[in-house]
Amino acid sequence: MVTEEQTWELRLYVAGKTPKSVSAINNLNKYCEEHLKGKYKIEVIDLLLQPQLAEGDQIFAVPTLVRKVPVPIRKIIGDLSNEEKVLVGLNIIPLNQPVSE
Amino acid sequence: MINKPYDQQVPGAQELKKSPTGINGLDEITGGGLPLGRPTLICGSAGCGKTLMSIEYIIRGALEFNEPGVFMAFEEKAEELSTNVASLGFDLDQLVADKMLRVDHVRIERSEIEETGEYDLDGLFIRLGYAIDSIGAKRVVLDTIENLFSGLDNQSVLRAELRRLFQWLKEKGVTAIITGERGEASLTRQGLEEYVSDCVILLENRIANQISTRLLRIVKYRGSMHGTNEYPFLIDEEGISVLPVTSLLLNAPVSTESISSGIESLDIMLGGGGFYQGSSVLVSGTAGTGKTSIAASFANATCLAGKRCIYFAFEESPMQIRRNMQSIGMDLNTHVEAGLLEFHSSRPTLHGLEMHLVAIHKKIRKFKPDVVILDPITNLITVGSVSEVKGMLIRLVDYLQNEQITVMFTALALNNTLNEQTDEGISSLVDAWVLIRDIEFNGERNRGLYVMKSRGKGHSNQVREFIITNEGLDLVDVYLGPHGVLTGSARESHILDKQTGKALHGQALSRKDREVSRKRKLLEAKIAGLQTEFESVEEELNKVYLEEELRTTIHEQTRLEMIDKRKGNKGIR
Repeated sequence: MVTEEQTWELRLYVAGKTPKSVSAINNLNKYCEEHLKGKYKIEVIDLLLQPQLAEGDQIFAVPTLVRKVPVPIRKIIGDLSNEEKVLVGLNIIPLNQPVSE
Repeated sequence: MINKPYDQQVPGAQELKKSPTGINGLDEITGGGLPLGRPTLICGSAGCGKTLMSIEYIIRGALEFNEPGVFMAFEEKAEELSTNVASLGFDLDQLVADKMLRVDHVRIERSEIEETGEYDLDGLFIRLGYAIDSIGAKRVVLDTIENLFSGLDNQSVLRAELRRLFQWLKEKGVTAIITGERGEASLTRQGLEEYVSDCVILLENRIANQISTRLLRIVKYRGSMHGTNEYPFLIDEEGISVLPVTSLLLNAPVSTESISSGIESLDIMLGGGGFYQGSSVLVSGTAGTGKTSIAASFANATCLAGKRCIYFAFEESPMQIRRNMQSIGMDLNTHVEAGLLEFHSSRPTLHGLEMHLVAIHKKIRKFKPDVVILDPITNLITVGSVSEVKGMLIRLVDYLQNEQITVMFTALALNNTLNEQTDEGISSLVDAWVLIRDIEFNGERNRGLYVMKSRGKGHSNQVREFIITNEGLDLVDVYLGPHGVLTGSARESHILDKQTGKALHGQALSRKDREVSRKRKLLEAKIAGLQTEFESVEEELNKVYLEEELRTTIHEQTRLEMIDKRKGNKGIR
């Protein structure tokens, strides 16, 4: 169950403005607007500009989406093109899908 | 050092530059180190020393060649790593603080990773690039990059990215080591060798007769000469030591200096002065014939002369040897305290033959002795065959000859064929061979010592009796008589016999002498009697003569008086 107070803190690591990065950013924005409206925070980190941040979140592939909150930390790597996988990975229950009784 | 064959590379053309590893022996085998600016693959099964070898490369680079390095660990955390190498005496944390080393632990947790869509490993590149640039690293280790394969699904992306990674490392100009797990059919499980084609080193942990030996082989090394054999290596408290097979050319320098065996009479038997310096000596004999005593006496003499000696014991502990030698008047403790003598005891089964050789090498290189003693080599047969032991000793003797170190082996000879073979096999290697044999005779066993050979010296062909007393070792001439060679109490009794005979003979002689003197006295007495007789006869004769003369004188006197009276010329007077 998604409680009202729960928020999502997401961090997306990319390396420059590659097509993969751009599509990952777009995909992420789209999903969040759809399913987590008003309950999420997205931080996009470009490792080309801040390479020192890669170590902290154990990033080795890009793009990588890290779910910082709620814990536990989850990582999704790739351009996030598969919506279902992203939602499952982030443990978000899609709004348009009826919650089982 | 011993890398002679590699010096003969073609001059001129741009030679492959190398990055020295600083690891004992590895640079000799590779002819200078790993290919500079190229990736090298170190592969092997679990626990064979891949991580250690790669971290040692980084640490030695930082400490000895002032080249900073990055260690990217996919398996161990930085703290674990620094604990692991702390036992080898390396302080990773200090190196990190000095900006000579950077450890980056890449943790890949399958359970928290989801893959969706396309991705690349730019994150890794950026991390690595950042680590390299932050300390100006020249050396990079990726240990073990194969972990990526277990963490990620998309193999085709991974393979493409790995290819790009190695290309990128080359462009960066860093010398990299990539480690990989040994695969079933290929060198590595993921076929990393396809990507890293410049230098591939294979590590192995082979077990034979329940004894494991670590082996290293350079599978390929593009653009460079390299040793192709399997080289044993050792991991101990100082890191890795690889033993290169020493040159197989017989061109070691020779010395005409002699070094005393510690037993004066043995030196004489050997042709004066003792053994040649830098030669190899075999002392063989059956159990309890005093081989160790001879070896210890050699060590003692060496130390007394102010030289250094290292003693490898495979049977007794150092304390035992020192105590035992004390009982025959040799004080080895003072030499140990003075730092001239070093004992190393280990059971032969501690590790394989090759490992023993590596360990011996290492200790010799460190201690720089003038004399090395191995007591006894026959025990090594428990961990290897006769030919393996011989092979090992050839290499050891070769190395020692090059270093001008005199070596003494002791060998136990049993009366069975196997060990006879050992004698034979090894005796052709050595320069001098002293054989001690039990001579059983007259209900006792005595030690007979022969010098079987002494290359380059006119040695004695005779047997001597070897005796061990409280004061030390000595050789005694055996008695060669009409009844054959006599030793021990037989010799003693013969000597006694001779002494008795001499005494009796002396007795007889003196009796004769007394007889003569008695005869002389008798005769002298007789002569004295005759002399007295003669004197009395002479006196008798003289008496008549005197009387006659007296009478004549008196008569004359009387006549003159008579004439006076007749004249009556009283008044005239």
